[in-house]
Amino acid sequence: MRFDYDTSYVDPQRLLRYRSQWLAYGALALGLLAAPFVLPAYYVGELNYLFIVSIASLALMILTGYTGQVSLGHAAFMAVGAYAHAWFLNNQLDFIAAILCASALTAVVGLVVGLPAIRVSGLYLAMVTLACALVTEQIIGRWKDVTGGYSGLPVPPPIVFGVDFGGLRPFYFLCLFILVVVLLGLINLVRGRTGRAFVGVRDSEAAAYTLGIWVGGYRVLAFVISAFVTGIAGALLAHHLQFLTPDGFGLTLSMELVLMVVIGGLGSLRGAIFGAVLIGLLPTLISEIKPALPASIATQFGLETFVFGLILALFVMFEPAGLNGRWIKLKVLLQNFPIYRRSTFRRGKAYMHSERYR
Amino acid sequence: MSYFRVENLSLSFGGVHAISDLSFAVARGEIFAIIGPNGAGKTSVFNVITRVFSANTGHVLFDDHDITLVPRHRVVNYGIARTFQNIALFEGASVIDNLLLGRHRFAHGNLAAELAWLPGIRRAEADARAKVEEIIDFLELAPYRTSLVSTLPYGVRKVIELGRALATEPRLLLLDEPASGLNPEEARDLAFWIDDIRSDLGVTVVMIEHDMSLVAEAADRVMCMNAGQLLAIGSPSEVQSNPDVIAAYLGT
Repeated sequence: MRFDYDTSYVDPQRLLRYRSQWLAYGALALGLLAAPFVLPAYYVGELNYLFIVSIASLALMILTGYTGQVSLGHAAFMAVGAYAHAWFLNNQLDFIAAILCASALTAVVGLVVGLPAIRVSGLYLAMVTLACALVTEQIIGRWKDVTGGYSGLPVPPPIVFGVDFGGLRPFYFLCLFILVVVLLGLINLVRGRTGRAFVGVRDSEAAAYTLGIWVGGYRVLAFVISAFVTGIAGALLAHHLQFLTPDGFGLTLSMELVLMVVIGGLGSLRGAIFGAVLIGLLPTLISEIKPALPASIATQFGLETFVFGLILALFVMFEPAGLNGRWIKLKVLLQNFPIYRRSTFRRGKAYMHSERYR
Repeated sequence: MSYFRVENLSLSFGGVHAISDLSFAVARGEIFAIIGPNGAGKTSVFNVITRVFSANTGHVLFDDHDITLVPRHRVVNYGIARTFQNIALFEGASVIDNLLLGRHRFAHGNLAAELAWLPGIRRAEADARAKVEEIIDFLELAPYRTSLVSTLPYGVRKVIELGRALATEPRLLLLDEPASGLNPEEARDLAFWIDDIRSDLGVTVVMIEHDMSLVAEAADRVMCMNAGQLLAIGSPSEVQSNPDVIAAYLGT
């Protein structure tokens, strides 16, 4: 059992406090740095995709996991980021300027989509975001001058400070770098004043108001931040795909992102990454095990969708805290071994809320 | 001119008059209790003061400011904090974070500085933490410091909510049934704390309470409400022996 021994109030702010954490994260960093040199090219490409969806999943986690607002339209934000980035690149902006402009534009779209969130929440908000996603897909399909419509839009290679990051390995490091920067920024966001306010808005609006939190403002702010980060992911996805068509950003992608945050564990950034890794790898895993399955199952249409659904159902039923919850339980078990109480994580009774004063 | 004043306050929902023409005043440093049968409009008074509901007529004045129409999230900036009858804590957050949320109104740096966790933010967070630790000390919450609220028992949650209200550094504290659901020992602790809050922190306290022993022990003055109207106001013993109050409670 480890006790935090603080000698100042700055101590608990350190991200890596113990040697075991340094070792674990150091090993992870080394592994990630070495991966593109040992893995076959196909898996490096898969990792690039995982990094990109991790960024998008982190973005949705801020919105859904921390602020409690469901969005079924995050693929649309990715689409806006991707197309805007490609358009800016095609109009002679350099990579950094283009990705920032694209993300800023996505944030503006996020602001517009988020404005109804001041008044609307829950299921109705999910409907609003879904409608926006459908509209966006149509606009992209029809606005041929800018997006190339269904015939597609080629994406120029990413050139940062004169260096071409278009190759598989350079792009790997570019994505990894941006993921780490986004992750650190969001860690700071959620442990600070704004992140606490997000949690406050999620858990009790009535109490949030009495503490001086402008609930509507923070709901929209969460949308803007989430859209900005999703825009970054979209821009990187543009380079990963190298050729953009509207059907790459459909409802399936939105659903996968929602699955990632729910299965990862709502309210934890680590969970967002766990979820992204699991859901991002599933199609590959399924195609790997397909040859081992009986032909009648392997050729079945919608096998992937079925597996997605099954995993979601199992998590909702047996581990609502998601992969992150499992991870924490495992850690506590190992730290306290062999003294472990099963009831450690049993939640107390949920007492009545004052939500009638919303 | 009194410190906190409610003047001719009325609130109705359609044909239901939750509060009708209610006026009372609270002096600085007073502990003022509101009692009354269920549905008397006690919590509605708090909800009008904290702007959950807008009054139909009347004014709420605090320390020479008319706060009848300030936006709901600005009320706390006037130094008014409240707790809820049914506990409205942030269940998915730790005790520390709940109390730190009480410090929300003390802004510290912009969003960009926060994302980069600049030294200014680091200092501000440490300062906020130091303030919160004072409250943890005061309310003896140290054993629960890092626990999730959803894992804690009811009595402790009540105290955390009180602590969160204190973290906003209020000058007027509105407590909605602080002793409901507490065992006698916890209720006695609470009576001491309320007295300390007034004498050590200089906070004026208005509380809705059914536990007459707590009211008699802690309150300087008591107001009894029934059906949205003021029934009696005075010292605890005066109000308790008032025939109208007895009638309201016994329902004659």
